[in-house]
Amino acid sequence: MTEALRVKIEIRDLRAGFAGKEALKGLSLDVLEHEILTVIGPANSGKSTLLQAINRMMDRIPGATVEGSIRLDGRDVRSFDAVEELRRRIGMVFAVPVPLPMSIRENLLFGPLLRRRLRGDEADRLVEKSLRAAFLWDEVKDRLDLSALRLSGGQQQRLCLARTLAVEPDVIMLDEPCSGLDPISTAQVEEALRELKSERTIILVTNNTKQAARVGDRTAFLLMGELIEVDTTERIFTKPSKPQTEDYVTGRFG
Amino acid sequence: MRVPPVVAEKIARGLLMLACASAVAVLLFVIGFVMWGGFRHLSWGFLTQPILDMGREGGILPAIVGTLLMVLVAVGIAGPLGVASAIYLAEYTVEGRLTQTIRFGINCLAGVPSIIFGLFGFILFVVMLGFGWSILSGGLSLSAMVLPTIIRTSEEAIRSVPRPFRDVAASLGATRWQTVRRSVLPYALPGILTGVILGIGRSIEDTAVVLFTAGSAVGMPRSLFDSARTMSAHFYILAREGISNDKAYATAAVLICTILVINISAYGIMHRMMRGRRAPSRSARGPAG
Repeated sequence: MTEALRVKIEIRDLRAGFAGKEALKGLSLDVLEHEILTVIGPANSGKSTLLQAINRMMDRIPGATVEGSIRLDGRDVRSFDAVEELRRRIGMVFAVPVPLPMSIRENLLFGPLLRRRLRGDEADRLVEKSLRAAFLWDEVKDRLDLSALRLSGGQQQRLCLARTLAVEPDVIMLDEPCSGLDPISTAQVEEALRELKSERTIILVTNNTKQAARVGDRTAFLLMGELIEVDTTERIFTKPSKPQTEDYVTGRFG
Repeated sequence: MRVPPVVAEKIARGLLMLACASAVAVLLFVIGFVMWGGFRHLSWGFLTQPILDMGREGGILPAIVGTLLMVLVAVGIAGPLGVASAIYLAEYTVEGRLTQTIRFGINCLAGVPSIIFGLFGFILFVVMLGFGWSILSGGLSLSAMVLPTIIRTSEEAIRSVPRPFRDVAASLGATRWQTVRRSVLPYALPGILTGVILGIGRSIEDTAVVLFTAGSAVGMPRSLFDSARTMSAHFYILAREGISNDKAYATAAVLICTILVINISAYGIMHRMMRGRRAPSRSARGPAG
């Protein structure tokens, strides 16, 4: 990691909670452009809350509070008048694949069509490009009009990734995307993420420390709503500076 | 003394089956009774002729037309209004004292006897607004009556849509309305339609409201401002005033068939709309990966 990478998302003193219960206790973190930042930590460490604060999904939860600053390319995420614009720039893939009850093609075009009409063969090109990037094209290219619900779990999750990509976000956040997938599907998703980082910035929350070690450029370790440390993935897994990190990555707890 | 689980299982199964069987038997008996009494007097002419001699002779065509028009007005108004209210309650409000009060009010309204709505419609539409005894007054009063049912069932249908469908749409940059229209409503549609069908059923079967608000003219209605009777009202008058038992039974048979046709076609439409949208059953699953 010699080249100086630009800061894509700058997080300072982020505090967030639900109905008075604090989930993030003053967290500061930079996400660099074109990196895969993996976020690890045991349950209730605030990983998902962090993601939901970044694209303001927290706004949709009654009683949720967010303090501190989050900047995307230097711009405070709260300064977006239309939160939809922010969410189109920071896409999200959830733990459980949620194909919408429509065809594969309609799923992929759901996001783009929210904003504008697609002209000519633009829709076809977008569908193919997104599916290729998610390593799903070859499996479904002959049955794009099939209900997305008929795909297997691994295919559904790659479809969800492709659906997020179709909106062409700068940043993609994934919240334990492989927690329900078999090893082969997991490998395909990881492969897709490695390819994607040349164009995009990726934040991957994972419960699986091995996955973090495999795909992360840098890794952040969260514990009880605090950032214990963030460093290159190699350092986190070989010589972390904090004892808690070492305990966690070596499997002594969590 | 403890009943062995195996015996309890047998007793439970037997009792539950008995309950179900008696419910079905009552239903079949009622329908069979009416059909048996009615079908003997049914003929093509009965469906296509005007009402003659107060119903002693002729057919029930004006009543069929009156029924359809009034139901159309009622559901045409209460359907969109009810679904829109349900969307607002389910998607645009935060649960609190106000929404609980509104919901409580709706539930109370759903239990109000129809004759109250008849009286209300008579005072408001017939007298105050000057629509007179007419299809319009009848339809409007019926719409007020079925509105709570439609709101309640639609809201339940919308609330039962799993939360992730909303999260996914929002994460792709959908506004709240886009989320509702493109992600939530398609999923909730069968439930909403069930509510609308219930509303249609209640409008068709009701007599108190229409007697108060639409009058009981036997002529063929020419506009929404004409007085007309529905099949239910016609049946009530024939039977109550002892005009013709045969014609009354025949009317009831037509009424039941109408409800049956509406239900079957509504479920048919629903099935067609939902084709390929729901998760396939395991056995129906194709050779996917």
